[in-house]
Amino acid sequence: MRRLSVLDQVKRDRVYLLLLVPALIHYIMFRYAPMFGVAVSFMDFNLFKGFWGSPWVGFKHFEAFFTNPNSWNVVRNNLILGLYKLIFTFPAPIILAILFHEMRWKKYRRFVQSVSYLPYFLSTVVVSSLLIMLLSPSTGFVNKALISFGYEPIYFLQKAEWFRTIFIASDIWVGAGYGTIIFLAAMAAIDPQLYEAARMDGAGRWKQTIHVTLPGIMPAIVIMFIMSIGSVLEIDFVKAFLLGNPANMDTADIVSTYVYRLGILGGSFSQASAVDISMAVFSLLLVYTTNRICRRLGDTSLW
Amino acid sequence: MVKKIGIFDVVNFLLLAFVAIACLFPFFHMASVAVSAPEYVVRNEITFFPKGFQLDALNAVLQDPRLWVGYRNTLIYAVLALTISMSLTISAAYSLSRKNLVFRAPIMLMIVFTMIFNGGMIPFFLVARSYGLLDTIWAVVLPNAINTVWLIIMRTFFQNLPKEIEESGRVDGLSDLTILTRIVIPLSKPVLLTIGLFYTVAIWNDFTSALILLRDSTMFPLQLVIRNLVVVGQAGDVLEATGVGGKKVVLDSLKYAVILFGCLPLLIIYPFIQKHFEQGALIGSVKG
Repeated sequence: MRRLSVLDQVKRDRVYLLLLVPALIHYIMFRYAPMFGVAVSFMDFNLFKGFWGSPWVGFKHFEAFFTNPNSWNVVRNNLILGLYKLIFTFPAPIILAILFHEMRWKKYRRFVQSVSYLPYFLSTVVVSSLLIMLLSPSTGFVNKALISFGYEPIYFLQKAEWFRTIFIASDIWVGAGYGTIIFLAAMAAIDPQLYEAARMDGAGRWKQTIHVTLPGIMPAIVIMFIMSIGSVLEIDFVKAFLLGNPANMDTADIVSTYVYRLGILGGSFSQASAVDISMAVFSLLLVYTTNRICRRLGDTSLW
Repeated sequence: MVKKIGIFDVVNFLLLAFVAIACLFPFFHMASVAVSAPEYVVRNEITFFPKGFQLDALNAVLQDPRLWVGYRNTLIYAVLALTISMSLTISAAYSLSRKNLVFRAPIMLMIVFTMIFNGGMIPFFLVARSYGLLDTIWAVVLPNAINTVWLIIMRTFFQNLPKEIEESGRVDGLSDLTILTRIVIPLSKPVLLTIGLFYTVAIWNDFTSALILLRDSTMFPLQLVIRNLVVVGQAGDVLEATGVGGKKVVLDSLKYAVILFGCLPLLIIYPFIQKHFEQGALIGSVKG
């Protein structure tokens, strides 16, 4: 069969190409235009002079960010929250999935599973509002419980040292249940004969989990790990924004809330954007490195 | 094979009971405070069940026009955004599901590339501003009209439909478009339903684009209204307007009532759609 020329192929596929046009316009307008818009970080951008009239200033805003001692605070907060996410939030669904998997009373298991997905679908605004209400020092339930056990009430959201705990704990509350789905699917695919063989060899429930279940879902864990590395520095802006206040700023201020304040509220567009891409570049380096390490250590990698 | 119940099973049972309680308790507590009499709320006596059942707080909140404005706006945005999102996603996914489509590889590359790179908040704001989106419905509806992951999921689903059905349609003289509307779409109900649900939840919960691009409070979606009433603390105005006594603590009932209204639709439909979410999470993970 003769190969069609590109022009003939375009003619043949014209309906499909036309169907693609709106989506492509969307990608260009809302995904690619902002990518080129990062050029404002190299300008002294001024809303009135606009994109074409503002003067180019090179790396001035990057230098300002990296030499400003205060900016390390937001970078550090971002890094620490990212690290905590990996240490605490990432394993939570795996542990919960193992508990589900080992639960032999199926109806009970179904019920807990359905209930545990629920928080995932609440908006961050609702979750943050609930947190603020439940943690309120005078009327919140948590402090009420503390008082009834004879403790002093804690001003959770006014204390910088509590912010990370609250942030990560609520992340787990929101995502752990929903996150089990993929690991449960991976567990369901494990050959039951392996469990039988392990039992023959005298392995108890714990040994079976360590030697059969965990290795069985390892590829899923590694893939999910690499994927979560990719977004490790993307800390939920909305939650940090809603839970943050002047009193807990020392730990609550992260790159995105800083960028919002500096750029959208403060109008320093160029500086704010420079902060944002510095972090994005850093994040990219992190994914790249992790992927290389994972590829060297095992045979699973993202690309 | 009958096995005896060991310590492990008991511990597991209790741990899962803790998980279930942790996930449900906030809702019960919230609902109870919202419908309890002020004197019990004042004394912090509400834990699980309401005391001195009354609906004053709910009534006061229902009389606040801001909440209704938020609801109405979110509904309008959701219907409009869902229509746009689904049409864009279906048509793009259908085209990209054709393995021999001309320029398929470069277009896919261009789409996947956006999953790794984005301009960030500031360029997004400036670009949206330059399109004149500030303080318009389109600010909420257009920027997130396509979710790349869901687009790829849908494309993969279309790709796996048996080619023979489509060919038989072609033999019967259907055009490319009628094959999509008469054959592909009816056959893809599960994936369309799942992704439609995901889009709906995402639009319902969207906060950031409205925060960044909307200034006019009559255009605020529900999430911004909830934030203003609860986090910023404007719920106090309702008290002044309705003149309910015992201000400080009824404020708690009031705020919980606002949050409750904010997540009520989800709590009501959740039991019916829960299994679709599960399905969606799985097809999402197969081809991430």
